[in-house]
Amino acid sequence: MFRSIVMKRMFGVALLLTLLAAPARAALDPSLLAGFAGDFQGRMAAIEALGVAGGDDARRVLDALEAGRLGVIGGRAVIVDGDTVRDAASGEALDQGAGDVELVTLNNRVRRTLANARAALALTSADRAERLGAAITLGDNPNETLLPVFDRALAAETDEEIRGILARAAARIKLASPDALTRLRAVRALGESSDPAVKNLLEGLLQKRDGNWVEAHPEVRTAAKLAIDDIEGRIAIAEGVGTVFSGLSLGSILLLAALGLAITYGVMGVINMAHGELLMVGAYATFLVQGLFRSYLPAYLDWYVAAAIPVAFLSAALVGVAMERLVLRHLYGRPLESLLATWGLSLVLIQAARVIFGPQNLELANPSWMSGGAELAAGVVLPYNRIVIIGFAVFVLVLIWLMMQKTRLGMFVRAVTQNRPMAGCVGVPTARVDTLAFAIGSGVAGLGGLALSQIANVGPAMGTGYIVDAFMVVVLGGVGQLAGAVWAALGLGIFAKFLEGWAGAVIAKILVLVFIIVFIQKRPQGIFALKGRFSDS
Amino acid sequence: MRTPFTIRLIQSTPKSGWLAIAIFATLTLVCVPLAHLALPESNPLHLSAYTVSLLGKILCYMVVAVAMDLIWGYAGILSLGHGLFFALGGYAFGMYLMRQIGRDGSYGADLPDFMVFLDWKALPWYWAGSDSLLWALFLVVALPGIVAFVFGWFAFRSRIKGVYFSIITQALTYAAMLLFFRNETGFGGNNGFTDFKRIVGHDITSPEMRVTLFALSAALLIACLVLGRYLVSSRFGRVLAAIRDAESRVMFIGYNPLHYKLFIWTLSAVLCGLAGALYVPQVGIINPSEMSPANSIEIAVWVAVGGRGTLVGAVLGAGIVNLAKSFFTVTVPEYWPFFLGFLFIAVTLYLPDGVVGLWRSLRERRATAAASDAAAAPVPAPRAAASGPDPVAVSKGATA
Repeated sequence: MFRSIVMKRMFGVALLLTLLAAPARAALDPSLLAGFAGDFQGRMAAIEALGVAGGDDARRVLDALEAGRLGVIGGRAVIVDGDTVRDAASGEALDQGAGDVELVTLNNRVRRTLANARAALALTSADRAERLGAAITLGDNPNETLLPVFDRALAAETDEEIRGILARAAARIKLASPDALTRLRAVRALGESSDPAVKNLLEGLLQKRDGNWVEAHPEVRTAAKLAIDDIEGRIAIAEGVGTVFSGLSLGSILLLAALGLAITYGVMGVINMAHGELLMVGAYATFLVQGLFRSYLPAYLDWYVAAAIPVAFLSAALVGVAMERLVLRHLYGRPLESLLATWGLSLVLIQAARVIFGPQNLELANPSWMSGGAELAAGVVLPYNRIVIIGFAVFVLVLIWLMMQKTRLGMFVRAVTQNRPMAGCVGVPTARVDTLAFAIGSGVAGLGGLALSQIANVGPAMGTGYIVDAFMVVVLGGVGQLAGAVWAALGLGIFAKFLEGWAGAVIAKILVLVFIIVFIQKRPQGIFALKGRFSDS
Repeated sequence: MRTPFTIRLIQSTPKSGWLAIAIFATLTLVCVPLAHLALPESNPLHLSAYTVSLLGKILCYMVVAVAMDLIWGYAGILSLGHGLFFALGGYAFGMYLMRQIGRDGSYGADLPDFMVFLDWKALPWYWAGSDSLLWALFLVVALPGIVAFVFGWFAFRSRIKGVYFSIITQALTYAAMLLFFRNETGFGGNNGFTDFKRIVGHDITSPEMRVTLFALSAALLIACLVLGRYLVSSRFGRVLAAIRDAESRVMFIGYNPLHYKLFIWTLSAVLCGLAGALYVPQVGIINPSEMSPANSIEIAVWVAVGGRGTLVGAVLGAGIVNLAKSFFTVTVPEYWPFFLGFLFIAVTLYLPDGVVGLWRSLRERRATAAASDAAAAPVPAPRAAASGPDPVAVSKGATA
């Protein structure tokens, strides 16, 4: 593929050089314009010729034609410019009166040709949107005479999407060529694409119409079959990569939601049903930071996300500490009651958000460096915001891991997770560790909310869907196990996305739940069980 | 010789209990029907159709609360999926109600409206027999029963309990909700079943039918209470409470907790299903939102408010919370979530034994005060002995 592009480039450069050499002439070749004096057929031929020739002079003539100012006097094409009449080819003023000019009339077919020719000219425009529009117009009605235009444009074009359209249009023209070798080359060139539209084009060759093959030559048909296989393979790979990517993206969100829960559940054995609402707190904090930036620092609006990181963490952590101090602290050792109380907290938080911010969903703008995406193949785009979020999840994970493994607090947290009474006996301040662990777990949930706000709507009930998923991750991974949570989150994310592609979103969700229920039958301690002997209560 | 079952059943409920049941039965089976049917609307004691339906609905909720209390209060298993069994019973009976519409639907077809809308030509296989009342009643019992049995067997066999069990039941009901939301599942999708016309040929909106359904709900509640009292005061109930307080010890003594848990779990689900079947004709609609996790968790709060481990508490709790809900949703709907949320927190923090527990401790305090006045001597606090083994304290001890 690369080689062929180089070849095309070289060919294009050569063509450009000839074209660049040509504009030394002052004006259009008058023979190009001769057709305007003739019938509609002749006019169309002239218009096409102008489109193929390109250049400012051709554009000037076509503009005049469209504006109804192109006329003929004595077999010579002229442009009426107010009262003056100019020669269309050279642009020189003539001394004939405007009244003597017989204006060139258009019918629908000629108009269509004119549109094509103008599109051919627009292919060299500097504006991407204009080029794209022109390419689509031309791609819709390819015409053999336009082939040089396509080749020329392909040589200069750098935008992948426009290149694809042009290459397909050119190939379609070549596929209609009477010369079997040209067709074969076109088919082989198309086989390097990874575009489903090209596949459809090639499949058209392998059909029979009225008992005859659309493509007469058997060798070209074989080549077409091979090309289709190649394209399908490439599409399948691209789609697979796309699915794995969206699975990773879902997994990273799950991980951010589950990391905090893994810590709090590990330390206190309490499932915080309001954990999803901590995500919501983080997301609304991000929203507020965006609002502040928009009002006071519009120049730095692109960096509001960075500024929101500490804000989201701290606000969620504060809410978490309040929850721990006011409610959960008094329910230690009563996990089922804690479940109910935290569910009550989540109801209150959701309703509070609804009263303060209104029930509608808020949409946060991505900063410009996070919008757009990298196109992997036609139709498979990896959005930058999701890539950033995966990176962010890794960053948070590393921080948490360092905190857990390298700091004194992390050691305390691990100690309390493993054996609370014994940790207390050797002097670990368990109550303070609880509060700090809860603050950190909640803060991480707030960071998850920040990440979520970049890919989904922010609303009062945005967190409710995540508590069960996050808990499933914790259960799958094994309580108090960071590594387990990571594997479980990524595994679940990718598994869910593959199922989704295969069976639809709802069935996928149900299958995942069933899978987890069955899994817990087999391994109640999760993938990675804590080693050691535990008596269950 | 063992005492015959009926005698034991009667004896299990104390005399005061029978008295309360008799008063309740008079109220619900005689007074309410008369007040609705016989009194003219001008009479201040007349009960409107709305009130009767509301009370009937709350009676169904009370049955659910008793079912929940059996499993949570006595066996220590907090289910966050009881909405599923309630809805399954409702759907099973709803199928019959849909078939009873006959050709009176808006499309005038033999099939229920939503199937015509989906362009289905015949009933799916699982709708077979849905036009028979007997089959519908069988399904009402069997469907929640089988689902609960299968799920419970797997869950209890691998000794899943505590929060794990709670969350998995929640996941189960959530998955079922998603499934029922799909049109292809064949239960009306989003809209569920509604626009019912008649039961066994009688108009479903007639006052007589309304009163009949109300009385049936009341009778079901009474039956649940008597049966529940019998179960929890029998040997079975004592083993159940022992499992709740120290499952490992019960196993070491030689009982297999699986059978006990599985039985009470399935029974609880069946009771929920029956309540659901009576609920649907009284409210006139059943849709998948009944299976939403929030509904199921609310059931737990009814029981917590009333007092876990007391059957009367469950009934009281369901009544209090639902009357409050009716009041709030009519007057200040936006404050209902706040109220409910704070209720969750307040009850778990300050009223671990619910309203009934509060009542008992107040009475005991008065009794203690009276006793100390009389004897002027220190009396050992009788609270723990009177309120039975405190499940929280015991499980706390076991965890620690």
